[in-house]
Amino acid sequence: MRSFTYERPADARAAVAAASRSGAKFISGGTNLLDLMKLDIEHPSHLVDISRLALRDIDELPDGGLRIGAQAANSDVAADARVRTRYPVLSQALVSGASGQLRNKASTGGNLLQRTRCPYFYDTAAGCNKRDPGSGCSAIDGSNRIHAILGASDACIATHPSDMAVAMTVLDAQIELLDADESVRRVAITDFYRLPGDTPHLETVLRPAEMITSVVLPPPPPGRQLYRKVRDRASYEFALVSVAAVVSADQATIAQARVAFGGVAHKPWRSVEAEAALTGRPATMATYRAAADAAMRDAVGQGHNDFKIELARRTLCRTLAQAAQSS
Amino acid sequence: MIGQPLDRIDGPLKVTGQAIYAYEHWEPGQPLYGVIVGATVGKGRITRIDTDSAEHAPGVRMVMTHRNAPEQGARDESVPMEYWRAQPVLTSPDIHYHGEPVALVVAETLEQARAAAALVHVEYAAGRGRFDFAAYEDEAYAPKEANGGFPTDTEVGDFDTGFSTADVRIDQRYTTPYELSMPMELHACLVQPRGEDLIVYVSCQIVDAALASIASTLRIDPARIYIITPFVGGGFGSKLGIHAETILAAIAARALREPVKVALTRQQIFQLVGMRPTSSQRVRLGAGRDGRLVAVAHDVTMATNPDIEFAEQTAATTRSLYAAPHRLTTHRLTPLDLPRGADVRAPGEAPGLLAVESAMDELADALGIDPVELRIRNEPAVDPESGVPFSDRHLVECLREGARRFGWEHRPTTPASMREGRWLVGYGMAAAIRKHFQGQATVRVRLEADGTAVVQTDMTDIGTGTYTILTQVAADGLGLPPERVRIELGRSELPTSWGSGGSWGAANSSTATHRACVAVREKLLVTACGDTGSPLHGLDPAEAVFAEGSVRIGGADEALSEILARNHPDGVQAEGETRFMGDDPNYAAYSIHTYGAHFAEVGVDADTAEIRLRRMLGVFSVGRVLNPKTTRSQLIGGMIWGVGAALQEEAVVDLRSGAFVNRDLAQYLMPVHADIPDVDAVVLDGYDDKANVLGMKGVGELGICGAGPAIANAVFNATGVRVRDFPITLEKVLPGLPLMDT
Ligand SMILES: Cc1cc2nc3c(=O)[nH]c(=O)nc-3n(C[C@H](O)[C@H](O)[C@H](O)COP(=O)(O)OP(=O)(O)OC[C@H]3O[C@@H](n4cnc5c(N)ncnc54)[C@H](O)[C@@H]3O)c2cc1C
Ligand code: SF4
Repeated sequence: MRSFTYERPADARAAVAAASRSGAKFISGGTNLLDLMKLDIEHPSHLVDISRLALRDIDELPDGGLRIGAQAANSDVAADARVRTRYPVLSQALVSGASGQLRNKASTGGNLLQRTRCPYFYDTAAGCNKRDPGSGCSAIDGSNRIHAILGASDACIATHPSDMAVAMTVLDAQIELLDADESVRRVAITDFYRLPGDTPHLETVLRPAEMITSVVLPPPPPGRQLYRKVRDRASYEFALVSVAAVVSADQATIAQARVAFGGVAHKPWRSVEAEAALTGRPATMATYRAAADAAMRDAVGQGHNDFKIELARRTLCRTLAQAAQSS
Repeated sequence: MIGQPLDRIDGPLKVTGQAIYAYEHWEPGQPLYGVIVGATVGKGRITRIDTDSAEHAPGVRMVMTHRNAPEQGARDESVPMEYWRAQPVLTSPDIHYHGEPVALVVAETLEQARAAAALVHVEYAAGRGRFDFAAYEDEAYAPKEANGGFPTDTEVGDFDTGFSTADVRIDQRYTTPYELSMPMELHACLVQPRGEDLIVYVSCQIVDAALASIASTLRIDPARIYIITPFVGGGFGSKLGIHAETILAAIAARALREPVKVALTRQQIFQLVGMRPTSSQRVRLGAGRDGRLVAVAHDVTMATNPDIEFAEQTAATTRSLYAAPHRLTTHRLTPLDLPRGADVRAPGEAPGLLAVESAMDELADALGIDPVELRIRNEPAVDPESGVPFSDRHLVECLREGARRFGWEHRPTTPASMREGRWLVGYGMAAAIRKHFQGQATVRVRLEADGTAVVQTDMTDIGTGTYTILTQVAADGLGLPPERVRIELGRSELPTSWGSGGSWGAANSSTATHRACVAVREKLLVTACGDTGSPLHGLDPAEAVFAEGSVRIGGADEALSEILARNHPDGVQAEGETRFMGDDPNYAAYSIHTYGAHFAEVGVDADTAEIRLRRMLGVFSVGRVLNPKTTRSQLIGGMIWGVGAALQEEAVVDLRSGAFVNRDLAQYLMPVHADIPDVDAVVLDGYDDKANVLGMKGVGELGICGAGPAIANAVFNATGVRVRDFPITLEKVLPGLPLMDT
């Protein structure tokens, strides 16, 4: 770890002003950033501690949606009665992540911006375009069991590890941002993350000193919501593949469906292809399989992760079947 | 006291943070902090090393590299055991494996040392390393002997003829990955120079080995070194010897004349303390239609570091397990430019039983015989290889009792036939065997004038319960309540033992403690029965009973405190010993092992192939149990280790760089609580009079032995998919799952 300076601004405006300094970075729960600093992967020269800003609340919106403050802890969001009843997919995704202690500390904003778990990203002796642009991607010909099958590039095949963000993607969440010039904007979560392209070190559309202030959930979509996470052990482990689905079916026909995958791409992967293959179709396994094929049409394995394509298909089929059954 | 579930006497110290570990001692005062810099190539040579900016960084007191490290003693293979040998570091610019230490940075704070370590600039000429086991497997050679002194190869009868004429044959290859011991306490050392002496606080399993190894590496008189290791936060083999952290801390402390401490990082444990090498195991079983084995062969190839040979005794596992007239076992080694192989909990049996007990399951399936019954049919009357009698073998009882308690009769006989909702459910079982070792130990017992007993030995407690069981043995040995017994461990000035390892620590130190108590009792009786002032005068010492702090002979008795006050005002002391098994005739005349049977039920998700343990039972035979609570902890811990070996644990090598890819505990997986819903261990009553005078044997590693294959066999029973490449991760099962139609 390298030396850094630290400050704790009093409010959001002061925070973004402080973050305009070169080498500055926000710190919320620190559960991701501190690890990366200790391993010399991130080396901010100035930390702006935003963990105590008054951004912890979850507020009711007039349209029936919710605004979740960027500092709301993952455990608080998961336990919120409104989230549990209206956005169960989000609550399920949150409790499937990390551990109780980490969720108590982890913030909503930090969770969205947590970085990949690609092992080469963590190994400063290995080439990694995301950590060190231009140094190559060690995963492509290396160990790539956990890597992306969709939307990857020759520069990077990493995945985004968040569960929460996958649920927020299926819920069409909007991310509210405050910039150093005090301008405020809202970005749809699907536009917030970037694909790796040839700049895998740029992961979102966030500007240098911009801060996430909240996440806005529109009113819940009709239908049953489900989050299914597939992983190598029963807890405390990132997804190999996950599926967030919202399905509304009546009389054996799917009226509407939304689908997002985790663990398959550089960002939470909303599959409009699968959604199109589901809408108006009979709620049968044949339909789910067609949707799964549509979702995975462009999927490419890297060797060790080839299995993820079939795993994603099967996980989607089962999740849809369960959601349709009880919707 | 022996046989009672006495609570750990060090438990309150541990949960209140009062147990002090190596890195935490403050007696030497403010120490300096060392950080190790590791090589970033897997093979090659340092061409340039620039320490300038590190040396000028804040707080830095020393940067040591091969250029300025003092000359050290060479690793000497004439010293019989690796852990006692010199372990020189920073000896040359050559790099032998990824992560090998290339520098030590010592600074006033840990943060300064770590920051300066990042400034050490090293350039390498990378060589072409051999990292890919599969690519070089065919180039294996035969080692002189296997680890633990086992012969490399053994042959009985005529395997080829026996196998080729058998009615039913299994011939399969099983592979197991690199695995590591991951104790909670990182490998750490604090060295305080005092004049020419070195006080060494180090986390280790064998004090005597640490002492010898430091002395021969630093080329100083062993009498000048004092090892202190009262508490050790787990070792699992990785602390049998000391490593770069200890040698570098000692060299730096001597050079700077100040206390220096060095701990490895979790990532460095993947590189610097040794690992269980990967294995490829061919198992051939030939049997008659009645299930009786006629031929058994176990051929093992494993990786080894080219300079420091390690031949895990994996095929030795099969030598005493089942009867068969024709038998063959071999060990071969493939040198790879990877960190050294070393003892990792249950060396030999852990990987060996994964293969052999999977093969037995395949044979049961081929024959249509129940897997428990198949094993019972192959129970030998004497050791099938050496021909000597077994000391106390109860494998069949373990199998029967386990089957009964587990409800084995509910096992679906057809694989992939039991379903509960989305879960495919299966049962599996496997046998457990582990050789019982005996090593040298000396224990001194002092009965103080106030009637308290002090038990002293350099034996360690690595979290296993040594403090507790020795309290029990000494309390019984002298007829004292446990509060009147004090145990002193883990200091080199105490009588020498071969420490904790190989599941021998408890039996060695308990037996020696018992013998020391007997000797103390004899001394007391000689004086008391010869003392006209004692009510015991003239009575027969052979009739004496020591209980509740007094000695009773017939109707007469006298308090120990009175005997002591009159005859031994300075207390009385004696030593007891155990001998190395090679010098104990019982260990040649008998085949001495511990046994068990594991039963597991797993669920496999029919859609995703996620494998989840549902319940697990082990029934064990270990001779006499000193303490059911500590025994159960050891056995259950071992069983959980087996679950990890079957399903999760694997250190992945990058075949280009020779680095382990998944170098932390977020990526190197082992079971978490949610993976272990229901696990139980049952121990049969027993007493092995051939093992030692207490009738006890080791339990530390037995729990692992066979636990993994029981899970693997349950996965087969659940799915009909046989995975022979461990760990059984979901992608290996997925292609064999049923189609999704509903
Ligand atoms: C062992 C382990 C297991 C885990 N398992 C899972 C899992 O299974 N599933 C899962 O989803 N996650 C998992 N996580 C990740 C965990 O969810 C994240 O570490 C956590 O959500 C990050 O939140 P934080 O507040 O601690 O972020 P920090 O570490 O404080 O920050 C992370 C990043 O976000 C930036 N940042 C933080 N807040 C803001 C803001 N408001 N505006 C702009 N930038 C901001 C920081 O500058 C930093 O770059 C795991 C983590 C660990 C350590
Ligand atoms: S996949 Fe991305 S993060 Fe991983 S090594 Fe390649 S560039 Fe780096």
